[in-house]
Amino acid sequence: MTSVARTGMSEGFVSCGACGLLSRPAGAEEPGECPRCGETLEFRRRDAIQRTWALVITAGICYLPANILPVVRTTTLTSEETDTIISGVVHLYATGSWYLALILLIASVMIPLAKLSALAYLLITVQRGAVRNNRERARLYRLMEIIGRWSMVDVFAATFAVGLVRLQPLMSVAPQPGVLFFSGVVILTIIAAESFDPRLIWDSSQGKQETND
Amino acid sequence: MASLSADVVACPDCDLLQRIPALSPGGSAYCPRCGRKVATSKPGSLERTTALAVAAAIAFLITNVEPLMGLSLAGREASTTIAGGVWQMWEQGEKITALLIALFAVIAPALQIGFLLAILLSLRRPPAPRWVGALLRWVEIAGSWSMVEVMMLGILVSLVKLAAIARVVPGVGIFAAGGLILLLAAMSSSFDPREAWSRVRWVKDEGPQRALPSGGVDAAEAGR
Repeated sequence: MTSVARTGMSEGFVSCGACGLLSRPAGAEEPGECPRCGETLEFRRRDAIQRTWALVITAGICYLPANILPVVRTTTLTSEETDTIISGVVHLYATGSWYLALILLIASVMIPLAKLSALAYLLITVQRGAVRNNRERARLYRLMEIIGRWSMVDVFAATFAVGLVRLQPLMSVAPQPGVLFFSGVVILTIIAAESFDPRLIWDSSQGKQETND
Repeated sequence: MASLSADVVACPDCDLLQRIPALSPGGSAYCPRCGRKVATSKPGSLERTTALAVAAAIAFLITNVEPLMGLSLAGREASTTIAGGVWQMWEQGEKITALLIALFAVIAPALQIGFLLAILLSLRRPPAPRWVGALLRWVEIAGSWSMVEVMMLGILVSLVKLAAIARVVPGVGIFAAGGLILLLAAMSSSFDPREAWSRVRWVKDEGPQRALPSGGVDAAEAGR
């Protein structure tokens, strides 16, 4: 960019996180409340970097048990087997539904991992004051917000199998502890993405240009 | 142009100040710096959204009352609703997961539709009371946790898995859920929160008469 971008913060305005109204804050330290909707105003989401890191790390820790522990146990007259997320994907692939296996592989295994890596990348670049690829990083953030919810697919699938297959002793499906960790990962990454503030991506280049003036 | 107009905004994603240009019907304005959509013109939004929300409420009721699918194996049969799945999860010890599923598949969509209907009805006589502002915030939160479309894919997955071992019969609920997904998407995209906020009574009496930065850059407009 050739000229210094005029942002709300650089011009002394704050936009409301709830209703979007642009207003003059009560003070630089305590911006006060939005005159239209009464929401507490913030120039940037509070402690965005620390909060997002905390959630990303917690989700990362849950990711391991979520993939190692079994999610469901299927009991029939002659057999009893437990399935993890991965073995469920392999089963689907082996029984010929390779397209569903692919959907599950992407939704359950790859999306959470991609989300965690993307958030870590955004956090690190913001903390190092990176000024490059701003537009791409902004796009990455928006993409992450959209795809995150699809990771819940396996938890929904497990819930319906558990709810439907109650033909004891012929056949029954019971939930296993992996389900809890897995939904934990999904929730934590969704909240992590929400606590990050994409405006931080642009703030570093703002500082650079201001000192250059 | 006016220096106190509400059409100057800061981009929610990058904080760039910009003026929303007069949009052609159905046109959208995008932030020139980060590319985020900052406004969309939605003529007739109030009426269309109300109609869609009423339809969504009906589809929601059917989805939750009727069985989603049935199963028969060796002469025995079983069927389940959303609540049935949640209840089994709870009974078998996965209480947190049961609550989450209830939240994502039942409570959040119910609040999303209910709040929106309340908002739309009270917007008909502006200025709308302040509680409409609170509901406008909540409808956005409820919408972000409402996952009927993800649930549908989940059901499809378990349907395919079960079809290998038993006879699976889709229930009325699953067709209603399909309709609900389309109606929820249409409802959210036809709703115009900027228009709604402009009709809400301000918390502070000063009203919209506050000096805002004039000029700045124009958001880039693009047709639908």
